[in-house]
Amino acid sequence: MTESKQSHTAIIQRSLARRYRAEKRFRAYGLMAITFGLLCVALLFTDIISKGYKAFLQTSIQLNITYDADVLGISDLNNKQQVALADFQGLVKKSLQARFPDVTGRKEKRDLVSLVSSGAGYDLRDRLIANPQLLGNTETLWLSADDDIDTYYKSMGDENGAFTGRTSEMRQGWIETLKQDGDIKLGLNRVFFTHGDSREPEQAGIWGAAMGSLFTLIITLSLSFPIGVAAAVYLEEFAPRNRWTDLIEVNINNLAAVPSIIFGLLGLAIFINFFHVPRSVPLVGGLVLTLMTLPTIIISSRASIKAVPPSIREAAIGVGASPMQVVLHHVLPLAMPGMLTGAIIGMAQALGETAPLLMIGMVAFIVDIPGGFTEPATVLPVQIFLWADSPERAFVEKTSAAIMVLLAFLIMMNTLAVVLRKRLERRW
Amino acid sequence: MQTANLLVVLLALSAAAYLMAHGRSVALARPLGGIRHLHSLPFFYGMRASIWCALPAIVLLALWLMFDEPVISMVLLDGLPASHQPSSAADYNLLLNSIENLASGALSKDGADPVLLSAAEKLSNLRNTGQLLVTAVVLSLGTLGLGWGWVKVSPQLRARQQVERVFKSLLLACACVAILTTLGILLSVLFESLRFFQAIPVTDFLFGTEWSPQMAIRPDQIGSSGSFGAIPLFVGTLLISMIAMIVAVPVGLMSALYLAEYASPRFRGLAKPALEILAGIPTVVYGFFAALTVAPFLREAGEGMGLTVSSESALAAGLVMGVMIIPFVSSLADDVINAVPQSMRDGSLGLGATKSETIKQVIFPAALPGIVGGVLLAVSRAIGETMIVVMAAGLAAQMTVNPLETVTTVTVQIVTLLVGDQEFDSPKTLAAFALGLMLFLVTLVLNFIALRVVKKYREQYD
Repeated sequence: MTESKQSHTAIIQRSLARRYRAEKRFRAYGLMAITFGLLCVALLFTDIISKGYKAFLQTSIQLNITYDADVLGISDLNNKQQVALADFQGLVKKSLQARFPDVTGRKEKRDLVSLVSSGAGYDLRDRLIANPQLLGNTETLWLSADDDIDTYYKSMGDENGAFTGRTSEMRQGWIETLKQDGDIKLGLNRVFFTHGDSREPEQAGIWGAAMGSLFTLIITLSLSFPIGVAAAVYLEEFAPRNRWTDLIEVNINNLAAVPSIIFGLLGLAIFINFFHVPRSVPLVGGLVLTLMTLPTIIISSRASIKAVPPSIREAAIGVGASPMQVVLHHVLPLAMPGMLTGAIIGMAQALGETAPLLMIGMVAFIVDIPGGFTEPATVLPVQIFLWADSPERAFVEKTSAAIMVLLAFLIMMNTLAVVLRKRLERRW
Repeated sequence: MQTANLLVVLLALSAAAYLMAHGRSVALARPLGGIRHLHSLPFFYGMRASIWCALPAIVLLALWLMFDEPVISMVLLDGLPASHQPSSAADYNLLLNSIENLASGALSKDGADPVLLSAAEKLSNLRNTGQLLVTAVVLSLGTLGLGWGWVKVSPQLRARQQVERVFKSLLLACACVAILTTLGILLSVLFESLRFFQAIPVTDFLFGTEWSPQMAIRPDQIGSSGSFGAIPLFVGTLLISMIAMIVAVPVGLMSALYLAEYASPRFRGLAKPALEILAGIPTVVYGFFAALTVAPFLREAGEGMGLTVSSESALAAGLVMGVMIIPFVSSLADDVINAVPQSMRDGSLGLGATKSETIKQVIFPAALPGIVGGVLLAVSRAIGETMIVVMAAGLAAQMTVNPLETVTTVTVQIVTLLVGDQEFDSPKTLAAFALGLMLFLVTLVLNFIALRVVKKYREQYD
């Protein structure tokens, strides 16, 4: 008897070491899983930031520009057609040739002119229109460099050596000369924050997409918040327990898990093909995103209505309030912080959504800044998608920078939601 | 009048209705001895009048806005001579477009077909009359409602009940938007899919093994057979989803278990939100990461090991998708694990089991139904995920289970078929809706089962 007891203890003793090892292993697996997840977060952010931070800078070249009326072909500044047709790019060409007089040959000259962005002419035109007495005079200006030059100049200090893929040795020589004279510099990239899309990376900005996102979100918020809150109030406060209510609930829960691209198909078939809403406009984008975010808003609004204690309702009914007065005067104000938090999270979701907007034509190439709900527009995530597809190397950093802007907005919205919840939400 | 102006006038009218009815109820109550002799508060009399003023008019206006264009084009086409009647849907749209352009002046009027010119004139006339008519009807309806609301005010009128009934119906209507959305999705994909299945038999679509949706525009064109066998797409979708699940399920589950059972409250408070950052990142960002960082890395790593990895490999898309789904799995699993009663843990620990043995042999089996539900939801998420695969997976529909090769998915094909120029009659665009139908049905079934399982499980321990 004693012997067998001892042997049992011995068996357990012997197995304990193994069991403790298993315990330690299991714990380590758990820690590894979390580390992996956190590592992914860190990797994602460092990758995006290291790729994109340079896009906030732009290389520019200093030149002496002479507004030569002969080159421009302008005799009268008030003649709009003349100004529109004038060869402002020719001024840049003239000035560059004056800077590097020993460049001959067609190809070399073309290479030389393409040091400066092909959009520089428009800047010169705007300057001349704003300031007519410049005609015939000379001024010294910083003009943005072409994207290839920009990429090369930014990569000059890299440890692997500069990226020379699209910059010939001759151009490298010119840049060296400019650098020695202090005529090339890196400055803040204002174009990125003030312009719309462009095929030329140095002319491309996110302002157009940001405005498109703003208009789309205004539509989404102004439709989905009232409808979502009304639906939540009905389901929590008024709905009888019957089949119809069950059907509504099942529908809401299912819609919350339907792939977003399906909402795009709905928008295409119903809003565009059936109701003939124009394509590519914030209005239809907002409608589609409304339907998509509605379940999120309904679910979070219901949770915050549920959190209002029944004693409040009973007290209100006790002093003679009608059901509608109970809801409007007591339940809704108390549930509002929670609902607002849900709405902000829903808007953050809508701001980052891409797939359904591809279906309804918001992927068009749009240069103009949209000015209203029915003007063609694109939104930030779609702009990111479009730039990620562009072959030019300089678009990689633009894409990463646009992602940084988008993430900054999302982080801001989520922080706002957290702060709102902490400060306004009451614990009962 | 413009619709926006009309709405503003209507709103002003209903505000006036509110003030007038409110004033009248107060005036009627004064000789009786104050508003406590009224059935309802003056507010409800005012609201009743403004609802009568605004609601019917707005409903009418909405109906008009929805159906004005179809009605006008029908009237227009009826007026055309037989020689100009369109023969097909494409002709119909073309004809309407050219009349439209003539009417708006976008198309020059010189040398245009006189029949179309007169039609264009008729179109402008019809539009103007329609607009005038609708303005008149809406405004008179509003005025009538205002008058009715004002006249009916009396101390006996049960205004509160009426206003609250309208209020409740409005709330119900908002709740029904969810049903309408589901119905809209179902009808729109079903309708277009049926048109697709008229051209391509269902069996060819479901069981065909070749996918090349390029239709020949001219009969003599080569290489555009237009075959719509969706099996390669299903295989590709499943392959990528499986890779994603292989990443997401173990990592998500283990981190949820660790956070729920081992971690100190402080560590939990830091690590949980940090992991949830992954859930808040837009999918387009993951797509960019997959296409520009992960895919080139995998290709170089593969080259180093002597493997040929496609630059649009299923592996890259699947891995990144898995990372995206980690927080989804872990937060669902976390809920489920926390719902397991503490008494079960205590019992197991009391018998001398170690923590990991308790987790493996007590908590995990108890939480299994909920975890399965969560994983099913995650699978439905992976199947429907679009941007990552659009940016990182390929277009070539290959039947392969080799994760190093390029595959394509259902969502990628929907996007490629529908983005850009499209004509609505070709099987090519309609195929996208058929794929959408499949996607919707599959995710619907998965969600339905998953939500049921999770709900049942919750009830078990409540």
